Amino acid sequence: MKFRLLPLLALLSSGAHAAGGGNLMHAEVDLGNRASLQRGARTFVNYCVSCHSAGYARYSRIAADLGIPEKVMAENMMFTTEKVGNTMQVAMRKEDGEAWFGVAPPDLSVVARARGADWLTTFLSTFYLDPKRPTGVNNLAFPDTAMPHVLWELQGLKRASTETRTEGGREVTHVTGLETVSAGLESEEEYAGTVRDLVNFLVYLGEPAKLVRYKIGFWVMLFLFGFFWIAYLLKKEYWRDVH
Amino acid sequence: MKAASKPWYAATLEWVDARFPLTKMWDEHLAKYYAPKNFNFWYYFGSLALLVLVIQLVTGIWLTMNYKPDAERAFESVEYIMRDVEWGWLIRYMHSTGASAFFVVVYLHMFRGMMYGSYKSPRELIWLIGMLIYLTLMGEAFFGYLLPWGQMSFWGAKVIVSLFGAVPVIGDWLSTLVRGDFGISDVTLNRFFALHVVAMPLVLCALVVVHILALHEVGSNNPDGVEIKKKKGPDGVPLDGIPFHPYYTVKDIVGVAGFLIVYFGIIFFAPEVGGYFIEHNNFIPADPFKTPAHIAPVWYFTPYYSVLRATTSEFMWVVAIGTVLLLLLYWREFRGAWRLVVPIAALALVGGYFTIDAKFWGVVLMGLSVLIFFALPWLDRSPVKSIRYRGPLTRMALAVFVVSFLVLGYLGTKTPTVALTRAAQVFTVLYFAYFLLMPIYTRIDTTKPVPERVTH
Repeated sequence: MKFRLLPLLALLSSGAHAAGGGNLMHAEVDLGNRASLQRGARTFVNYCVSCHSAGYARYSRIAADLGIPEKVMAENMMFTTEKVGNTMQVAMRKEDGEAWFGVAPPDLSVVARARGADWLTTFLSTFYLDPKRPTGVNNLAFPDTAMPHVLWELQGLKRASTETRTEGGREVTHVTGLETVSAGLESEEEYAGTVRDLVNFLVYLGEPAKLVRYKIGFWVMLFLFGFFWIAYLLKKEYWRDVH
Repeated sequence: MKAASKPWYAATLEWVDARFPLTKMWDEHLAKYYAPKNFNFWYYFGSLALLVLVIQLVTGIWLTMNYKPDAERAFESVEYIMRDVEWGWLIRYMHSTGASAFFVVVYLHMFRGMMYGSYKSPRELIWLIGMLIYLTLMGEAFFGYLLPWGQMSFWGAKVIVSLFGAVPVIGDWLSTLVRGDFGISDVTLNRFFALHVVAMPLVLCALVVVHILALHEVGSNNPDGVEIKKKKGPDGVPLDGIPFHPYYTVKDIVGVAGFLIVYFGIIFFAPEVGGYFIEHNNFIPADPFKTPAHIAPVWYFTPYYSVLRATTSEFMWVVAIGTVLLLLLYWREFRGAWRLVVPIAALALVGGYFTIDAKFWGVVLMGLSVLIFFALPWLDRSPVKSIRYRGPLTRMALAVFVVSFLVLGYLGTKTPTVALTRAAQVFTVLYFAYFLLMPIYTRIDTTKPVPERVTH
């Protein structure tokens, strides 16, 4: 019997970004929601940075961008460095990561740009118990992921209900849904909010310039439309004598 | 003394002109360069290509100030530019969007030439030089794409360089020569960097100068395909010509403004363009041990990539039939000894189709699909330049070409399936038919009378 995860995953496992849009959960990204970004940052430093670095991002920059006072950042959110100007490094050595998980946990600086917010939301939401995995859990968005369910205490643990069908002479098992086995500290809704905030933060982390890009872009567009109009009038004036 | 009557700037200009042909050049290329007065929308893209070249040069210089051509640090340095360098993200997006914009305007510029027969006599050389620019641009884009050192940079380069390996006998040696190593490595990155920031831009700039000089020697074509120099006024100025400056300088500024609206619209609001301008997988650092499931070149190479993938060993039968058909169709063109040489060559070729690996012929067809543009001036046998005065066959052929190019481009971005490969094969045939049947359909096609003067 071949174990296959459908319908969510056929496309995703091939690494096709965005292609599997219809099968992914929808991320509610809102970079204008500063409180959400701050909550996401808190979750990120508490749960992610133990293993994952964000080696291109600086604490000071995040503090400035998200309106977190540097003192608060330094005292409550920095666990691997003293200097607020440093990048988000991880205490765990790469070799240890490889030994413990089979693969070194990747840097998360630009993970949102590589995977997409929808994929991350699905990934963080769809861990389920699987005794065959060394971590005890598997994932719908990333089958056989090496990552344990780090947020399990918040979400609780889920079990996959499966359905086995015969397709083309082979028995294929589909995951049809996830059901809670033991509840976590957060309700379903609260956990969805935690994931939304974390993904929101990861999107920001992937491209800090996104916070200013649209705002500057608006003024640039305004100028360019004005420039186009003036250029057009100038052309018209010059061309009056061409018949 | 009353002698010093000239204002200082006129005196300065006189001093310079006595030592350098400044006024002469200004007149020859701008103030007294007479361009047809009936240029339409399609004539913006030449000046826009020049604008994009300048944008790429300037942003490229600034990127180079912070970029590290080092396999260990390249990816990191790009993120450093995106985050820590003042306005680095803007410079980088201008450059990445500029690369795609370059191909957009160049493709539209080339299409203009094909529509209005701008490659026809006496402008064959302008077309050939333009094609050299296009080839150089492809090299420039290819070398530059390795520099961010993401997964697509790495695997894209690996696939393309491995194409050289399809060349019989010397293939492996050749791809090792290009890479400078047995795989894509730090050595490759360094030499691609050198080629991208020094060699290619130098060649590009030189060719652009030659392109413009050649253009200004014979004068611009126009949507009517009328030679304006044939009808001159008593002052020797073409009756349908207007000085490039100020008329087309002010008009091109409108084009520039329009272009910048789209260009900066993309930069500020959608710089990745859904993965077409910046591929998602390129945000994963290059990993020689992890092959991405789907390797696709950036959109501007995908039409040719489709041709490559369409060439399966099965498809070689189609190529063989095509070769024989062409031989029969053009039999009358061959005289004397050619009637012996050409069939033997064709026979040898067909033999090669089935003895040498189809991968090799895929590379050949892909190369041919680019290089065949060079032959346009001699493939086109129509007495008329512009599509406006050509018959239905030529119009239809051009439409088929445009559709084929776009469909092949689209298919090149997709993971191949049996059906998609079949589609790519059909459109590869249509693509080549546009060129290879051109001598026939342009000759037998009807034409409309071309006016004496340009129309409005």
